[in-house]
Amino acid sequence: MNRSRSISDSVTVVEPASGWQIINFKELKQYSDLFYFMVWRDIKVLYAQTVLGFSWAILQPLIQIILFTIIFGKVARISTEGIPYILFSSVAIIPWTYMSQAMAQSSQSLVGGQNMLGKIYFPRLIFPITPILAKLVDFGISLVIILGLIIYYSVQPTWNLLFFPVLILLMMSIAAGAGLWLSALAIRFRDVRHAMNFILRMLMYSAPIVYSASSIPEAYRFIYSLNPIVAVIEGFRACLLGTPMPWQYVWPGLTTAAILLISGALYFKRMERIFVDVI
Amino acid sequence: MSFKDTALKVENISKCYRIGSKEEVYENLASATFEFIKSPLKNYRKYRSLYKFDDIKPDSGSASDPDPSDVIWALRDVSFELGRGEVLGVIGSNGAGKSTLLKILSRIADPTGGRAQIRGRISSLLEVGTGFHPELTGRDNVYLNGTVLGMTKKEVGEKFDEIVAFSGVEKFIDTPVKRYSSGMKVRLAFAVAAHLEPEILIVDEVLAVGDIAFQKKCLGKMSEISRAGITILFVSHNIGAIENLCTRGIWLDDGRVVMDGDIEAVTSSYLKSTNVDDSETAPESWKHTGSGEALITNANLLDTGDKECSTFKMGETILIEFCVEFNKSFPAVDDMAVEVMQVNTGLKVLHLLCQDCGFYLENVTIGKRRFQVEIPKCLLYPGHYQISIYVGDGSFSGFDYVKNVLKFTMVQSRVSKRTNPFLATHAIYHNQSIWKEL
Repeated sequence: MNRSRSISDSVTVVEPASGWQIINFKELKQYSDLFYFMVWRDIKVLYAQTVLGFSWAILQPLIQIILFTIIFGKVARISTEGIPYILFSSVAIIPWTYMSQAMAQSSQSLVGGQNMLGKIYFPRLIFPITPILAKLVDFGISLVIILGLIIYYSVQPTWNLLFFPVLILLMMSIAAGAGLWLSALAIRFRDVRHAMNFILRMLMYSAPIVYSASSIPEAYRFIYSLNPIVAVIEGFRACLLGTPMPWQYVWPGLTTAAILLISGALYFKRMERIFVDVI
Repeated sequence: MSFKDTALKVENISKCYRIGSKEEVYENLASATFEFIKSPLKNYRKYRSLYKFDDIKPDSGSASDPDPSDVIWALRDVSFELGRGEVLGVIGSNGAGKSTLLKILSRIADPTGGRAQIRGRISSLLEVGTGFHPELTGRDNVYLNGTVLGMTKKEVGEKFDEIVAFSGVEKFIDTPVKRYSSGMKVRLAFAVAAHLEPEILIVDEVLAVGDIAFQKKCLGKMSEISRAGITILFVSHNIGAIENLCTRGIWLDDGRVVMDGDIEAVTSSYLKSTNVDDSETAPESWKHTGSGEALITNANLLDTGDKECSTFKMGETILIEFCVEFNKSFPAVDDMAVEVMQVNTGLKVLHLLCQDCGFYLENVTIGKRRFQVEIPKCLLYPGHYQISIYVGDGSFSGFDYVKNVLKFTMVQSRVSKRTNPFLATHAIYHNQSIWKEL
C-alpha cells in the first residue's frame, strides 16, 4: 500500500451533540461523491429487472391522467375555465406525482437505510435528500406527456415559462422540507409510515389538482394559499398553459415552503445524532 | 507524546442506552381496554425518552443512587490515547462495550458524555459490504461501497482494476450482485475495504465472516496495513489474531477500562480472569463422561519447583498432577492420557499417553491414587491451552474423561538463536533441529 500521502491535519472531534446545529455544507461537499452515487443507485435500482424500464415514469402519471380525465372531466364535469381537462389535469398530476413519490420515499429513507445508518458515518442529510434528486429523473421523463399534449392542442408558449425553474425549485423544497421532517420523525415513531397514505391523499385533495383554485370561495383564499402545493400546481398551469401567474398563491407558497424547509433541516440536524440510538 | 504524534485522544467517553422495561400484564378486559386507550400516550413517552438522559450521570449507579432500571451504561469514563502508528486491540467479553466504543469513534453514535479527538483521515470497517445493493452489478457496487467507505470517485476509479483482481470475481463484475454466491460477495466487499488508504483504521469483528482461507487473507492484509504505519483500533474475540497484530491492548469490562498496556499482558490477564470466573474449573463442577468405575477428582499444574503455575515460558517443564479415585478393583489399568488443546483454534496439539514410557498399574484396588505427568521442555508456541484428562482400560468409553479442566498460557522465551518472537501463526510446536552444511 503506498503511503506517499502526507498525514492530513484534519481533526475530528466526537462530542455529545448540544442543541441546535446548522448544516455543515463543507462536510456535505466532502461527501459529494457519495451523494452522487446514492442518487445514482436510487435511479438505477428503481426499474431494475422490469420489462418496461423507464417507460414506467411515463405510464404511471399517464394512467392517472386518463382516469382523472374520464372521472372528473367527463363524468363530474369539473369547471376548468375552458382548458381541455386532459391538459388541465396533466400539468397538475405530473408535479404532484413527483412531490408525492419524493415525499413518501424521503420519509422512509432513514428507516429503510437503518442498516447502513448503524454501520458507517456520513452526513445523515444525504438519506432524505437522495430521493428528492433521484425522483427528478422520473419527473423529467414524464414531462414528455405535457410536451405531447401542448403540441397536440397547439398551446402557445408565453413569457410565464421563465418562471418554470423557480416552480421546480419550489416543488423540490416542498418535498425536501416534508421529507426532512417526516424522515426524522419516522425513525423515532414508525407511525409515520402508516399515516403516510392518508397524508398524501389529503394533500392531493387540498391542492387544485382535480379542480381549479378559482372554485375556492374568496374568503378562504388566504388560508388556502398557505399550502405551497397550491402555488406549484397553479404556477405550472400559468407557466405551461399561459394562464395569468397566480402571485396571490406563489408568494405565500414560497414563504411557507421556505419555513418548512428551514425548520425541517433544523429539526433533522437536531435529531440526527440520536438516530442510531432510537432505530 | 506530543499532540502531533497523537492519532486519537479519548477523554471520559460515556454512553448510556435505554433498554426496554417489562410490559405489564392485564388481569381483566376492563383494565386491558383502559390500557389500550392509554397506550398511545405511554408509547409516545417511551419512544420520546429513548435518548434523553439529562437526569443520569456516569458515576451514578451506586447503592445510594441507583440508575433507573431501564438504563444501562455501555461505556463509563473510557479514556486513552493512541499514538500514530500504534496498533491497539480492544478485548472484553460480550457486552463489555467494545462495539459501542468503535461506533462512537466512527461517529456513528454520539457519546452521552466525554470527548474524543481524532487526527487524520479515519475509516471504519464495522461490516464488509455496507451499502451493497443486490440489484446493482459488481462494478457499480465497488464504486458505491468505495465512496461509502470514504474514497472519492476518482480514487475508486484508479484502484478499480486492482480491487477486482484482488477479489477474483473478474468474470462476474457486470452481473448483479444478487446472483453472486455469498462468498463472492464477501470477497468483493473485502477487496474494496482492503484498498482504503486511511491514516486511522477502525475494525470490528469483520474478520469473523467467511471461511478459513478468507479470514487468513483478511489477517494478512491487516498485518500488512499495520506494518505500513497506519494507526489501527481492532476489536476481536480472536485472541490469537489480536496478539499477532496489536502491540497494545485495552481490556474493557462492563463499559470500563480494566487494563491498558502491553498486549501480551492484557490478553493474559483477560484470559486469567475468564478462568477465575469459570466455575467449571472447580473439580466439583467437572463434567465426567465414561463408565464412572474410576473418577478423576482433582488436577493441578506445577512448575519444576512444585509450585502451582499456569504460565510457562517456552522450553520450561510442565508438571500435571491428578488424582483418580477407583471405585472397583482392576487387574490392570494401562490407558491414561492427557490432551492439550489450543484455545484459539480448538485444535488438539498434544496427546500424551501413559504408554509413552510404558507406565501402567497392576492389581488396582478401590481407593485414591495420585499421578504426575511431566512434559519436559515444553516447546509449544505462545498462546493459551487447555488440558483434558482420560483414564480407562482401552474400552470404548473408558472410566472417566474430563474436558478442559486445566488452562495454561505459554509465553515467549529465547529457546533458539532467533531474535524475532515466535508467533502462533507460524507454527504450534517448536522442534529443535540441527543444521549443518554438507
